[in-house]
Order: sequence, then structure tokens, then C-alpha cells
Amino acid sequence: MSLVLLIFLPIIAALFIPLLFKKIGQIHTGWFVLLVPAALFIYYSTLLPSIAEGGNRVSELQWIPSLDIAFIAYIDGLSLLFSLLITGIGALVVLYSIFYLDKYREQLHNFYVYLLMFMTAMLGVVQSDHLISLYLFWELTSISSFLLIGYWYTRDRSRFGALKSMMITVFGGLMMLGGFVLLGIMGNTYSIRELISQAPELVGHDFFVWALVLILLGAFTKSAQFPFYIWLPDAMEAPTPVSAYLHSATMVKAGLYLVARFTPIFAASGTWVWLVTGIGLFTMLWGSFFALKQKDLKGILAFSTVSQLGLIMSLLGVSAAGFHVENATEIALNYAGFAAIFHLINHAVFKGSLFMIAGIVDHETGTRDIRKLGGLMSLMPISFTVAMIGAFSMAGLPPFGGFLSKEMFLTGMVALTEFDLLSMDVWGIMFPVIAWIGSVFTFIYSFYFVFHTFAGKHKPEELPKPAHEAPKGMLISPVFLAILAVVIFFIPNIVGEWLVKPAVAAIQPFMYDSPAAVDVHVAAWHGYITPELWMTIGIFAVGGLMFWSLRKWQHLYERFPNTLNSLYDKGMFLSDTGANRFSRTYMTGFIRSYLVYMFSFLVIIVLGTFVLNDAFAIDMNNLAPVGLYEIVIMLALLGSTLTILFSKSRLTAIIALGAVGYSVALFFVIFRAPDLALTQLVIETISVALFLLAFYHLPQISRKEERMRFRFGNAVIAFGVGVTMTLVALAAHSGKALPSISEFYKETVYTEAGGGNIVNVILVDYRGFDTLFEIGVLGIAGIGIITLIKLRLAKKEGQHENK
Amino acid sequence: MEIIMSVVIGFLFMAAVYLMLSKSLIRIIIGTGLLSHGAHLLLLTMGGLGGESPPVVADGVSVSDYADPLPQALILTAIVISFAVTSFFLVVAYRAYQELGTDNMELLKGTEDHE
Repeated sequence: MSLVLLIFLPIIAALFIPLLFKKIGQIHTGWFVLLVPAALFIYYSTLLPSIAEGGNRVSELQWIPSLDIAFIAYIDGLSLLFSLLITGIGALVVLYSIFYLDKYREQLHNFYVYLLMFMTAMLGVVQSDHLISLYLFWELTSISSFLLIGYWYTRDRSRFGALKSMMITVFGGLMMLGGFVLLGIMGNTYSIRELISQAPELVGHDFFVWALVLILLGAFTKSAQFPFYIWLPDAMEAPTPVSAYLHSATMVKAGLYLVARFTPIFAASGTWVWLVTGIGLFTMLWGSFFALKQKDLKGILAFSTVSQLGLIMSLLGVSAAGFHVENATEIALNYAGFAAIFHLINHAVFKGSLFMIAGIVDHETGTRDIRKLGGLMSLMPISFTVAMIGAFSMAGLPPFGGFLSKEMFLTGMVALTEFDLLSMDVWGIMFPVIAWIGSVFTFIYSFYFVFHTFAGKHKPEELPKPAHEAPKGMLISPVFLAILAVVIFFIPNIVGEWLVKPAVAAIQPFMYDSPAAVDVHVAAWHGYITPELWMTIGIFAVGGLMFWSLRKWQHLYERFPNTLNSLYDKGMFLSDTGANRFSRTYMTGFIRSYLVYMFSFLVIIVLGTFVLNDAFAIDMNNLAPVGLYEIVIMLALLGSTLTILFSKSRLTAIIALGAVGYSVALFFVIFRAPDLALTQLVIETISVALFLLAFYHLPQISRKEERMRFRFGNAVIAFGVGVTMTLVALAAHSGKALPSISEFYKETVYTEAGGGNIVNVILVDYRGFDTLFEIGVLGIAGIGIITLIKLRLAKKEGQHENK
Repeated sequence: MEIIMSVVIGFLFMAAVYLMLSKSLIRIIIGTGLLSHGAHLLLLTMGGLGGESPPVVADGVSVSDYADPLPQALILTAIVISFAVTSFFLVVAYRAYQELGTDNMELLKGTEDHE
């Protein structure tokens, strides 16, 4: 229970933020906000010892018990790791934002409300055991991210970026919901733990691959994998603390979390291994390659985030491959899961610090354009040191955390070549090659980021503001993260013991029973000569050379078009104008068109039902005899109808309509319905009088008499409707299933109701309600007519509403 | 007889639909008039056209072969309602002539910016 409530703690705290902002304006609102993630971080840290021993914590809060929907907070190694990242980095980002955002010029209450909302959403995503509540929190991250990207909503680019990220991540979220529902149907439960325990039975199910692909779509859109990464560079319009928090350390890792969480269920499928590894690795190469094209500091970091997320994703794919091997722990595949989680921690640490440095550079010089920057090394020594540590860790240089994870990444990829299942023996060699090329580019852009900003020649004339070192408060968080990046390098096994191994045990329960069983010792980085070592040396050598000659070949990037972005833009434009054009083609504004649609569909549906369901039947029994009078009246009726159709003058048409009405009255006489005949005669007379009135008031201009022009299309539709109605009448008459209820009326009309005229008794006694409301209809029509004629809203001269 | 009546009803529906698809407002209303005639006759026919006497019990003496009274009651209600609606339509048409000066449906479309 308490764990579930802790998820909601930030959003509850958010309720008080606007009040604090308005009432206590002289203290930066961020200081109050800081308490929330800090307190949560401390609480989650206390769970570490028991989780590291393989324990877990569960708490449950019912939401919709009748539908079996609940908030279930389930904390195991994986959830705890993410929760610590969310609250830890969250606290640092809030601290940073206190110095980054001005308390007088910015709308801080909006900012911190969105941020706390996001924190709840992320904690909910990583702790939910219930698929539906997981989806709820998932969409809440999309919404709060949308609000944060559009924080400076007066800028066009912010709104564009917010909308783009919303469209793509919500698309993925909806696909994921589909996958969840399929999983729920397959396993008859929405609990992830129960689904994992059923995993062996789920594999053969028809929906299995569908669920797999749909859930991966959700994960790939959120984690900015190819080709859905395009929203991430545009999301850089957000304030830098947001980019650091959401778009590097937490939200984009929600997709990784999802893949890691579902690995025990889906790892049995070769499709999963191939998709996750392949797309991840390709994204890594693509992102690192295009990072060098960027001119904006945050643009470079956005592409580098895409690339690093791809790297972690591919490692998760390899960790799933371990499912297919008997003794996976013996071949080096077991490094993959460990490497994925280890790099995830490293990436959150160094990317957070790098974003904060980019924000500092922007804040202190007024620009993020790397072409205008340079030579800031001596002016901003602390920022430079932090940036260098972050970038070297990103490039995989010793002595920083990134080096260790890069080594394990290469180990995992090389291990794939030894893996001879799922046709890896043919294509397996591709993986280390792509990984190596991607790493080379990673090396180059890391250097590009640091040295083109801080080294080289200082260009004060191009900077909007004179550059100087940032205030101390703003530096606390990046410096802390940089120190962490170094510390991780020296104590990797402690980090592994407490954080990584419990998480790996959660991802690969098919390989390890408990965290202690995860048999990876990171000390392997020093010592003997391995292929990975040679690959690393190669990366340094080739990367160094290419960085040295960067100026000579960077202009080649101009030749690469922005295909995916323009595809997205065109798609959005086309869906807008296309839908508009489509509705314009059939929404013509003419009532005739709409009547044509209605009648055509009536004919098609009814005749289609006759044909498809074999519903038409004709029965010659029980027919009334044909008499001479009936034939004569019928001919009169047909004759008058034809007169209406072919008359030249409307007057003739009106009189012919009267003739039709009187023929109908005669039919009523013949068919023994005296009351109907009376009513019909009277009403037909009044109707014809009304028609004549309307005719008399025809406007002079269009009064010229003309025969109705024959239109073939109209005739076809009219004929179709006529034939349909005839067939319906015949079929209905032939298919009477039950005798009429009228026998009852005939027997009881005199004894029970005390009347002789059965029709009238039905109208006022048996079914009097019909009559009551029929009187109502007549009354309303009368009132309506009076209103139409009498009521005139005063209209000024020349002010026609359509003008 | 019912088969012949079915064909007649189909014919009435055909004429009604053809008129409703025309351009002139008054022809459309004539079309609705024909349509309601068709519907009333359809109701009567579906009830069965047999029965020797009108549904009236004279002096408490019940004859065996009455025409079915229920469809007649339904038709009577329908006649009154369609009369109310038709007269309201006609007055609407009359007011439209007065205000807009046309009875051509093609012209009664509104303008591009009036959506």
C-alpha cells in the first residue's frame, strides 16, 4: 500500500506548487520541489540491501476490482534501479533548474507541476505490475513530456516539437496497449509476474507474435529507435533541465525498461531477438553517424542519446538470445544483460552531466551553435572538465565508467558470432562490425562536442553575451555526476553487486535464480589480450585520425537529405489536406447528393441481405381475391402518379397529388376501413389547400413553368428503391410467423371496453398513449407554424447574415 | 390482391424518390406526400386485405370475419402525424420563398465561408 502511495507522492505534492509559487515568491519554488525526489531517493535506497539479496516488495491498491484492475507496485532489482535513477537524477535536475530558471521571469509553477507529474508517471511505469496501470502511467509520461517540451509555448519550434513527440509516442503507446490487451487475452491475467510464470505456454499462441510486435512498437517509439527517433532532436526545444532529465536519463529509457521487463516472456521467440538486436544496433550506427552533422550542442546530444539507446537496446536483444542456449553462462553471452544495465546507469550519469553543460554554455554565452563557440576552456574551466569527463565516458575512454560498459558491449557482440542458432551463424559477423563502426563515430562526436566547444579559438565577437564561468549552484549537479562517472570506473563491482545484478536477475530469470548467481566480474577489464581490447585500440586509432581530419570531410554531411523528417512532415500535411479533400468530395452541400447516398445504401443493404441470407420468399396462399373496383381505383392511382411525374405545371402536379390522396381514400373504403377513409378525405383536402397556398407564393423569378428534366441517375435510384420496397412487401407478407393479436381486440371490444368501433377503441382505450402523443405532434406543428409566421427577429437593412 | 398492391406500393415509392431527388422544393414535398401514401398502403396490405366486414361490432353481435383493426389504428395515427409534418414543411417552404426568394434546392446551399 505504502509503495503505491509513494508513486503518487510527487503528483500530490504538485497540487501545492502553484500555492507556494504565488504566496512565497521570494524563495525559488524549486527548493520546495527538491524535497520530494530527495526524500524518495533516500527511501528507495533503504530497500537496496534486501533487493540485492534477491528479495522483492509488492503492494497493491484496488482501482476497479470488478474488472480486476489495480495499482500494483512491484519492486525488484530492475524497478528499484530505475526508481533510483528517476529520483536521483530528478533531485539533481531540480537542483540545477533552481539556478537555471529565473524565479521572476519564468512560470515556475507550470514547470514544477509538469515535472512532478512526470516523476509520478515514470515511477508508475517502472513499478507497475499491472499492464493497464502501466499503460496509464505510460501515457502520462507522454502527456507531461508534451507539456514540458512546449513549456515556452510562445515559440513555434517548441509547439512543433511538442506536437511531434506527442504524435509519435502516443502512436506507439496505443500500439502497446493493443499488445497488452492481446497478452491479457492470452494469459487471462494482466499481471506481468503471472504472465512471466506462464511464458512457456504463451509462446505457441496465435497472438504471440502480434503482441510481441505491438509492444516493441511502443518501446521503440518511446526510446527513439529507428525510424521513430525523429521526435527526439525536435524535443530539444524544451528547457535544458527537461532535456537532461526526460530526454536522456529517464523517459527515453522507459522503452528500454519495457523491453527488459518483457524479455522473460518474449525471449523464447527468435523474432524478438532479431528485432531488438537488429533495430537497436542499426539505431546506434545511424544516430552516431548523424550526430556529427549537427551544429547545435543539444542536437549532437540528442543524436548521441539515440545512438546510446540503440546500443543498450541491442544488448537487451543479445541478453534475450541467452534463452536459446543450454549453458548461456559459459559463453560470453551472459555479459550482454549485465552490460545493458551497466551502460544504462553510465549513460544516465554522463548524458545528464553533458546536457547540463550544454545548458550552462547556452546560459553563459547565449548560443548553442557549435560554429560560434570555441576556446571556452580557460573561461569556463570547471564546465570544461565536467564536459571532458562526460564525453570521454561516452566515447569509452579509461578511466571512466563508459569504458567498462563499452568493453562489455563489444564482448557481447563478439559472443554473437559464436552463437549458432536463429541463423546467427550466417549474419552474426555483421553485429560486431556494425558495433565497431558505431563506436568509432561515437568516439568522434564525443570529441567533436567537447573540443569544438571548449578548445580552438575564442570568438567573442560572435557570442551574444560575454562568456564566463557559471554560478556555483548550477555546477553542483554536473560536477556531482562527473565525479560519479569516475567513481563507477573504480568500483564497478560494488555497483554491479548492488544495482546491476539484481536487475539482470529480473531480466534473465531463465539463466539466473538469484542476483548472486549472476556470474560476471567486471574486473575482466584489465589483464589478458582479448579481441575486444584490439577493437578498442582500433576505435581509438581510427576515431582519433578521423576526428583530426574532421574539418576536411564534415561538409560531406550536407549531401545527406533529411528524408525521415520530411517524410513525417509530408505525412502530416497529406493526412490533413487529404482528409479535407476527401470529405469535400462527398460533402457537396446539395441535399440531393445526401439523399442519393441514403437511398443507394438502403437498396444495396436490403437487396444484399436478400441475396446473401437467401431471405426472399414468395407465398401465393392466403391472398385476397382481386376485384374489379380495386383494379379501377388502382388505375386511377397509377394515372395520377404518372401525371405528377410528367406534368409541365406544378399546379397540375398538386391536383394530381390530390387525386392520389382520394384514390387512397377509395382504397380504404374498398378495404373496409371507414374511419381511415373519412380522415384521409378531410386531410387530403386540407393538404391540397396548403399546397396551393405555397404554390401561390412562389417567387416571381423562378415561376416559369417547366417539365421536370429527366435524369437517368435519379431514375435508376428511384427504380431501385421501388423494386426494393415491392420485394420487401412481398417477402414480409409471405413470411408471417405468428397469428395477429387482433383476435383479442375483436373478442373483448364490446365486453371489456364497452364499444363497437374496434379501431376507435384501440385508439383511445387499448393504445391511448399513441393518440395522446399524436395530439402532441399536431399541437407542436401548430405552434411551430404560428411561430414561423408571426415571429420575426428584427433585421437591420443590408445586414444579411451571409454577407 | 396483395401482390398487385405490393407492386402499386413499389411504384408509389419509386415516384416519391424520383420527386425527392429533384431540384424544386415543392416537388420534394409532393414526393414526401407520395411516400407517406405508399407507407400507409403498405401498412394496410401487410395486415392482410381479407375480411368481409369493417371492424365494427354492431349491437354487441360479433361477426367472425372482420378486417384487421390494428393496422387501421396504426395508419390513422400515421396519417395525422404525416399531415402535421407536411403542413409544417409547407409553411417552412413558404417562409423560405418569402425570405430567400427561391425554391431551387441547388441555390439553397450556403456560401463557402458559411460552414
